[in-house]
Amino acid sequence: MTRLAVRRLLQVPFVLLVVYTVSVALVAATPGDPLATGDKEMTPEARRAKEVKYNYDQPWYRRYFYTWPIQRLLIDRDLPAHRYEDWTVPEILGASLPVSLQLGLFAFCLAVAGGLTAGILSAARRNTWIDYLSVALAMIGISLPTFVIGAGLLILFGLWLGVLPIGGWGQARQVILPGVTLSLPFMAYMARLTRAGMLDVIGEDYIRTARAKGVGPRRVLLVHAFKNAFLPVLSYLGPAAAAILTGSFVVEKIYTVPGMGTHVVESVSNRDQTVILGTVLTYSVFLMLFNLLVDLAYGWIDPRIRLGEE
Amino acid sequence: MSDRGASEPGDSVAIGEVRAWRRFLRHRLAVGSGGVLMLMLLTCFLTLPFTSARFDRQDLANNLSGPSARHLLGTDELGRDMLVRVLYGGAISITFGLLAASVSVVIGVTYGAISAYAGGRVDGVMMRLVDILYSLPYILLVMLFALSLGPYFQRVLSAPWATFWVLLLAIGGVSWLTMARVVRGQVLSLKAQPFVEAARALGVPAWAIVVRHLLPNLVGPVVVYATLTVPQAILQESFLSFLGIGVQAPQATWGSLAADGVAALNPLHVPWWLIAWPCGLLALTLLALNFLGDGLRDAFDPRRSR
Repeated sequence: MTRLAVRRLLQVPFVLLVVYTVSVALVAATPGDPLATGDKEMTPEARRAKEVKYNYDQPWYRRYFYTWPIQRLLIDRDLPAHRYEDWTVPEILGASLPVSLQLGLFAFCLAVAGGLTAGILSAARRNTWIDYLSVALAMIGISLPTFVIGAGLLILFGLWLGVLPIGGWGQARQVILPGVTLSLPFMAYMARLTRAGMLDVIGEDYIRTARAKGVGPRRVLLVHAFKNAFLPVLSYLGPAAAAILTGSFVVEKIYTVPGMGTHVVESVSNRDQTVILGTVLTYSVFLMLFNLLVDLAYGWIDPRIRLGEE
Repeated sequence: MSDRGASEPGDSVAIGEVRAWRRFLRHRLAVGSGGVLMLMLLTCFLTLPFTSARFDRQDLANNLSGPSARHLLGTDELGRDMLVRVLYGGAISITFGLLAASVSVVIGVTYGAISAYAGGRVDGVMMRLVDILYSLPYILLVMLFALSLGPYFQRVLSAPWATFWVLLLAIGGVSWLTMARVVRGQVLSLKAQPFVEAARALGVPAWAIVVRHLLPNLVGPVVVYATLTVPQAILQESFLSFLGIGVQAPQATWGSLAADGVAALNPLHVPWWLIAWPCGLLALTLLALNFLGDGLRDAFDPRRSR
């Protein structure tokens, strides 16, 4: 298992390099003058000052592939944004990343809690109305795009009923609607996975043994069956975390949450090269981190993998 | 008189397919979904000549009005009829999904079949590449793709369509990964079957084995996953259109119509019809496609136990 961990860890910088190169190449390929703000002509002095500020007086390899972006981003921490010239990229990320993380974490926990509960209940009460309701809701949750659910909840709870705030960030109640919206598709998918996993496992012999031994039904379900049914859900957690990150773009737009998602979308629309680089790298790091953690957890939880070394 | 148990090498697969179709037809939800989808397809595409001419006709006197006799589904803020726009947007969204799924099928099947049949180090390298591509944050790369390559497309095509094709290439170019893995798994298990060995012993060239023997047996899983790729592609396109990176006004897809609707929301006056119709139809289509795909998968995958 340590071999697996080491191999995955070695992949991280390589993949980050690929992402960085592709992003830089795509951004550089964008036609148009990267230094122009679009409103007015610049005097030669102003343009010269800008070139120095954004390092455009350096040759291209130093500008992109050598120290400039990484060094200024991480070490000097003064990589300037293009659109909002007074802000540096680390400042922007620092202000918005915690918001997105809070939202994402809330949605993730909600999805796991809700999904597992619904799936276990569904499997335990198979073919009753609880089961059918869960399955129906799960299908709807999976098929509906996030913005449909978000718009619907916004209209229903924010505008027509008026019980929850329609957006913004700062108070505890403002996290409810965005968090629930963000978590629903994943909750639905995890409910499905849990239900399928439990149903597969319940037919196994060791469950019959446990019941024959006289183990109480709840313990059989929650301890014996669930531990083994959990594996497919666990391997879904990585992609789910990644998708929660991307789902946050839409949710942040609908509920005007000042998170990183808005900056990602805005920077792409505004062709803000430095912010694009910052956000892409940040997201990639988180993605790889989540996937690595999940893979390690999977290998650790399943003793067949841990002891059998693939 | 043939022995009931004896069968030709290809027979077990053919009988399996017939049984699978019968299993599928018993799954009423999936069959019903198929019917709904057919209805949706016919409505959107048969009205296309009508809608494509009228989708940006404005009736400013009646803008932002709810459903009425003249405009059955209401109008948007420029007075454009929602019924026409929703049908037009539907045709575009569905076309996008089908095209993206086709791209992913073509690339994925080719890649997966070659990788699995070649085996050994070639397979290892090809699948390692897939793993790496899988771990890239591709939504971001799709957006960057649209950003940087969009203008080049725009020089060739008219502006709104440029983003359509860029998105198509980007999304299709990413969704082939799952298909490649599925196909590779299938081919690996088929490779071990005696009829492949027999063909090889007879001197059938590799390409002929792949094309004549392996591909027909891949149809089942490929159809299933293609059916599940279509809603994913539509979803991603609507996602990006919602964020403003998809097709540009006045072109419409269900996603961009939903975005316009959400943008028009305010606490005083909720033009629910701007959101309800595109979101509702989108949801219905995606739901039906997912049910259909699930039904196909349940029918064709012999290992699944209900």
